[in-house]
Amino acid sequence: MARMKFICDAERCIECNGCVTACKNENDVPWGVNRRRVVTINDGVIGQEKSISVACMHCSDAPCMAVCPVDCFYHTDDGLVLHDKDICIGCGYCSYACPFGAPQFPSNGTFGLRGKMDKCTFCAGGPEADGSQAEFQKYGRNRLAEGKLPACAEMCSTKALLGGDGDVIADILRNRVVQRGKGSEVWGWGTAYGKSHNPDAKAEEKKS
Amino acid sequence: MIRLIGMSLLAVGLVACSEPDQALTASSAKADGKPWQGAQNAFVAPGWQPGDKTRWETQLRNRAQTQNEYLKAR
Repeated sequence: MARMKFICDAERCIECNGCVTACKNENDVPWGVNRRRVVTINDGVIGQEKSISVACMHCSDAPCMAVCPVDCFYHTDDGLVLHDKDICIGCGYCSYACPFGAPQFPSNGTFGLRGKMDKCTFCAGGPEADGSQAEFQKYGRNRLAEGKLPACAEMCSTKALLGGDGDVIADILRNRVVQRGKGSEVWGWGTAYGKSHNPDAKAEEKKS
Repeated sequence: MIRLIGMSLLAVGLVACSEPDQALTASSAKADGKPWQGAQNAFVAPGWQPGDKTRWETQLRNRAQTQNEYLKAR
């Protein structure tokens, strides 16, 4: 099996926030913590509004793991980035390191005490016994150990958010793009990072 | 005798120059269970028998295809 991954199809996401709600409900996420959220750009601009659902991307070379001073993160065999809340000290370094804003810190009490870090687990729980009450209380549901996929992706009404084995969901998305008759130039790498307008620069790229 | 005392003092003095290894060479996180061994609750997907890695992978691949409505439309 390849690595577990999320893909969000910006052509389909309708900013319903159903994934956010499903995540909160499934994992009993406390108020103020958003393991997943929907980001919209060009909001209200007709024809240019795009939304994507964002959570922990379970990076192969995760910056949160690199900066954690107590080394509470670990990679699972399926490529998921999980953490041990018994070791986390809630310092917040991972929050600064993460480019997706995935780490969340529950604040409670009069002085906004910062708790231990919480983030998307790909519905894979944590280092407690799989499916146990202790795991649910600390990390939420372990749907992978139940033979299921993350709740956010499975309940997405437009199937914009895909989750599962990277090869499988990449095939699903590829098939969609082919069926649409238009490729990644509509929304993807080319749009996100811009095309090179300098032909010399492109020639240089080809040479190297 | 003086040489022996001198060497002893030198050895004791040099011990202070050493430094124990403080590097975190391995994650201190607890070992996580394997998901294919199944969850200890009543929410295990019907039709799937936990305990075998290949069966678990097949289960997740099949389940992922429920996100592919082009298959449903056929």
